[in-house]
Amino acid sequence: MPVEKFYYDNKIVKWFGYATMLWGIVGMLAGLWVAIQFYAPGAALNFAPTTFGRLRPVHTNAIIFAFVGNCIFTGVYYSLQRLCKARMFSDRLSRIHFWGWQGIIVAAALTLLLGYTTGKEYAELEWPIDIAITLVWVVFGINLFGTIIKRREKHLYVAIWFYIATWVTVALLHIVNSVEIPVSLFKSYSWYAGVQDALVQWWYGHNAVAFFLTTPILGLMYYFLPKAANRPVYSYRLSIIHFWALIFIYIWAGPHHLLYTALPDWAQSLGVVFSVMLIAPSWGGMLNGLFTLRGAWDKVREDPVLKFFVVVVTCYGMATFEGPMLALKNVNAISHFTDWTIAHVHIGGLGWNGFMAFGMLYWLIPRMWGTPLYSKKLATNHFWLGTIGIVIYTVPLYWAGFTQAQMWKTFTEEGQLKFQFLETVTHIIPMYVTRSIGGSLYLIGAFLMVYNLAKTIRKGYFIADEVCEAAPLEKQTSHVREYWHRWIESRPMTLLVFSLIVVAIGGAIEMIPTFLVKSNVPTIASVKPYTPLELQGRDIYVREGCYTCHSQMVRPFRDEVARYGEYSKAGEFVYDHPFQWGSKRTGPDLARVGGKYPDSWHYNHMMDPRIMSPGSIMPSYSWLLDNKIDTASTPAKIRAMQTLGVPYPKGYDKIANNDLMTQANSIRLSLKMDKIETPKDAEIVALIAYLQRLGKDIKAMPKEQTAKN
Amino acid sequence: MKFINYLEKITGVSIYPLASFMIFGLFFLVMLIWVIKADKKTIQNISRIPLD
Repeated sequence: MPVEKFYYDNKIVKWFGYATMLWGIVGMLAGLWVAIQFYAPGAALNFAPTTFGRLRPVHTNAIIFAFVGNCIFTGVYYSLQRLCKARMFSDRLSRIHFWGWQGIIVAAALTLLLGYTTGKEYAELEWPIDIAITLVWVVFGINLFGTIIKRREKHLYVAIWFYIATWVTVALLHIVNSVEIPVSLFKSYSWYAGVQDALVQWWYGHNAVAFFLTTPILGLMYYFLPKAANRPVYSYRLSIIHFWALIFIYIWAGPHHLLYTALPDWAQSLGVVFSVMLIAPSWGGMLNGLFTLRGAWDKVREDPVLKFFVVVVTCYGMATFEGPMLALKNVNAISHFTDWTIAHVHIGGLGWNGFMAFGMLYWLIPRMWGTPLYSKKLATNHFWLGTIGIVIYTVPLYWAGFTQAQMWKTFTEEGQLKFQFLETVTHIIPMYVTRSIGGSLYLIGAFLMVYNLAKTIRKGYFIADEVCEAAPLEKQTSHVREYWHRWIESRPMTLLVFSLIVVAIGGAIEMIPTFLVKSNVPTIASVKPYTPLELQGRDIYVREGCYTCHSQMVRPFRDEVARYGEYSKAGEFVYDHPFQWGSKRTGPDLARVGGKYPDSWHYNHMMDPRIMSPGSIMPSYSWLLDNKIDTASTPAKIRAMQTLGVPYPKGYDKIANNDLMTQANSIRLSLKMDKIETPKDAEIVALIAYLQRLGKDIKAMPKEQTAKN
Repeated sequence: MKFINYLEKITGVSIYPLASFMIFGLFFLVMLIWVIKADKKTIQNISRIPLD
């Protein structure tokens, strides 16, 4: 068989590599900025786009989809060509993929800063961007499978399986979770409501962690770790078990984000069981990575790349041990809604994803520019700065989370709550300061890397097309009976279909019952649709990202019932498109805030939170006092809600604004009684209307009836 | 809200989770058997792909 000469495309790898560095720095800067706002609320600059509620989604989206996303594409485009012994299927598709993805990132950053958001964590982007993501993802898929099909290597190495599973599952997750009904160019409502929306969202949210932040990175680990250590993976058999077990189990684990909420019990238990099972494949993979370094530990001492990879694998092990623990209901009762979760995800984000990106770039760039790294010493310094940064970041937050949960749950001997919510926040502020110091160290390390790699690039000469030779694939002529797995393995499309079936079964069983029996989410007769003014107020609540700090979910615990009121029921959320349960309580829960304070309290509190609660770390929302309610959008919003099944009377869209003005006027008058003059069409009026509605419906019904639900 | 309440409403639904778990179990078993029985040399060859 004659060998063929061909060239690997390094140019696309270079572009994605540059993008990884750029967005990494941007995402980390955004992270540091929001971290500082925890102890210096003035850092929000009293400017809407730079408040926590809008910057935090910028940080999370930039890190997940821009930094880690580009890191994945860098690694995939490099390793896939080499593992398939083929150039990428199409250079043009590679370019479309690259520019398409960067365009999406820029559009995402701008729209999020401007307050265009769906209000669903990690899926905040509005519908036109969702469509763009789908298209670019398809382009990536064609390029991926095209390359696999024209490969010159018979076997598909396990890294490619991880890439395939990533592609197919992310497509499924993105499409299912993004079903929304557009109201205008940059506003839509989630198709699902309340409990169902929560279930779909966290099925998505958890699997975004699984199939965007984990499986593709595992693929990279199975390629770059053996490369850097110059030895094959410890156990290839284990890697196969790792793969199938991981994708099979991960897809079920989402509901562990909703323990003790109004989600049906069985779904919660399902999430717990599968989360605990996950520890087996995760640790199998972790040990596989660690043992690959067996006998190469002397190299770890010298090679900064291997140093990064040791922490990568260790953090993977730590995060995947902690994950199942946090999914246990008794642990989750303490950790949920606190900074514990933030510490947990940053072990993964900083240690697993970030360090993988750094290690990979330190390995790739010298090779693609045909020159040794500019400074090993600087890279080693980066490693130590980053590692110490991770420790200083996470340890105080674990402490903060645990402390705050204990304070929330402490009662005096007389049976009263011992601490005001605000006291539990001010108590942990020193931990927030320390956290941002840890983050700064990590960021300085990243800057060192950019400098080091820029120097390396300047010194070397870029090899745009790397030459390689290999024989083309022989047509299968052997009649030897093949084992079924070998059969799948040489058929990438079959592998694709199998992974899809595997993840679809999990997703379907988890979600279908709550959907089919919509009427079975016990309805509460007194729960009514929002008034037009409240609906507008709710959209302002979503726009400002209030859910990033406030939950709307009272769990059935003694302390929460004492602090906030009756625990939340599934039937209360049937008109919530999207649900706003939240995942973190930097501020108190708002599920029962309606009627707790007078209208004027909310007015003053939004103008400057520290007037009403000294020591509060909430940003000021003074622009809400001046902005006018977008009443022109009311009819379209009512119609969209009607399409989604919210029972507004027929033709209500035409008269909704009359009701809106009547209600707004009554709030204006109530504010006037407290000597506050405001136009009735100010946004603050709508927001007050919404906040005063929260949790009120359920109070209108007899006690026994609520208890039954 | 018990699991059973949901499922009662769909005729013959109890077969679905059962079937899924069977598929899951069987798939896993077959994979394990293959992994254990797979030819050592093939496995070694595949695991060397990134290094060649």
